[in-house]
Amino acid sequence: MSPAEAVLNIEAIVIGASAGGVEALGVLLDGLPAGFQPSLLVVLHLPPHRPSLLTKLFGARCRLPVREAMDKEKIERGTVYFAPPDYHLLVEGGKTLALSQDAPVQFSRPSIDVLFDSAARAYGPALLGLVLSGANNDGAAGLASIRAAGGRAWVQEPENAMSSTMPAAAIAHAGADLILPIRDMAERLAHLRSGRAFAI
Amino acid sequence: MDAQVTVDPDFDLELRLLLEGVYLKYQHDFRHYALASLRRRITQAMTRFNCATVSQLQDRVLHEPEVFAGMLQYFTVQVSEMFRDPPYFRAIREKVVPILQTYPFVKVWVAGCSTGEEAWSLAIMLQEEGLLSRSLIYATDINPEALRTAEAGVYALDRIASFSTNYLNAGGKASLAEYYTAAYSNAIFDKRLKAQIAFSDHSLATDTVFSEVELVSCRNVLIYFDRELQARAIGLFHDALAPRGFLGIGSRESLRFSPYVDAFTEFLREERIYRKQ
Repeated sequence: MSPAEAVLNIEAIVIGASAGGVEALGVLLDGLPAGFQPSLLVVLHLPPHRPSLLTKLFGARCRLPVREAMDKEKIERGTVYFAPPDYHLLVEGGKTLALSQDAPVQFSRPSIDVLFDSAARAYGPALLGLVLSGANNDGAAGLASIRAAGGRAWVQEPENAMSSTMPAAAIAHAGADLILPIRDMAERLAHLRSGRAFAI
Repeated sequence: MDAQVTVDPDFDLELRLLLEGVYLKYQHDFRHYALASLRRRITQAMTRFNCATVSQLQDRVLHEPEVFAGMLQYFTVQVSEMFRDPPYFRAIREKVVPILQTYPFVKVWVAGCSTGEEAWSLAIMLQEEGLLSRSLIYATDINPEALRTAEAGVYALDRIASFSTNYLNAGGKASLAEYYTAAYSNAIFDKRLKAQIAFSDHSLATDTVFSEVELVSCRNVLIYFDRELQARAIGLFHDALAPRGFLGIGSRESLRFSPYVDAFTEFLREERIYRKQ
């Protein structure tokens, strides 16, 4: 059986987005069906020191519960967690959430790399990483960690993204299993409802 | 690009050995620190001290005490600001201080005070509320270098603008400039405030309660502990607090996941201020 035919068993999906990412993320989250099984962890770069409106913004449109991550919280299936502004979001071995105020990584806190690295360790091959629109290099190293741990990587097609730098950097540094326009990505993601799927 | 955390399966094993070695040799206990962020900081320390593996780092840490001293800033995180998270300080000022006013003497414990910004902030606030002269603030940390900075009360002038904004947003009654003198590129805070602050070495991992207090402020410290150590720390706060005493924690922290959840009531939910039952 070639890797393309392997059965996927995705427990969690980590998503990194920056400039232009709100729109892209909206398309993905709007498309998720009720009963979607994998947990979703999201880093969206934001200015620090501002109360996050993301959970309200996306929660009103998404069929799944949308929450801001709380330290030590157990990660639940079918729930969307956003990194709070000015904190890194990480995954601990026991599949619980962790926050830190370690120094910004590549000028970002929360950092996509920090989330992706820790999730790669915690979930191994049961992880899918998505890199969306953005104007920096965050997420490229993290996506490489995910792939090295046996997880999958989907990247928004740079020409299709409002800011192409971040997806282009991810593809150059880590490669990707799929490079997709955002609408196609949303459709494929919705098919992962049970977390199990054939191929990528 | 930032140092990537490798997926080397032996990393965690070597990390446990390092933490055990540090505990046995230096009696600093990091064995129950939250692993995910600690891994990243140890990876950075390996780069800083030129070590290819955690075991090499362990060798240096055990045989070169100055390397251990340098490691403290990787084991712990020093992020602090005066009046950081202004709604918290405003809530303390407007909702907690009026209750503290009814006591003859007030003791406050700033646990994990790092470089002291929060302790100085509380001193300024208590001063403005006329309570400082009958207060004592214990500011504790495990990092001697951070404690020295805290005690000096000297902060870079370029940080003062954001401190001032925070101070005003936190309900400050004057101007922050009333409390420091500028010298060269530093702001030196008023020594009279310091008379009511006791800076001292204390570990939430290995030490016990040292005094009864009416308010504990411990923000963004518990996120670096695993659940077990977090429970120990909250237990210490519980034991240290007088009946109906106050506990303030970080805005994304919660007592929900600790065995002490029922020993406290939520006093101000949004600001994460709890009250001992």
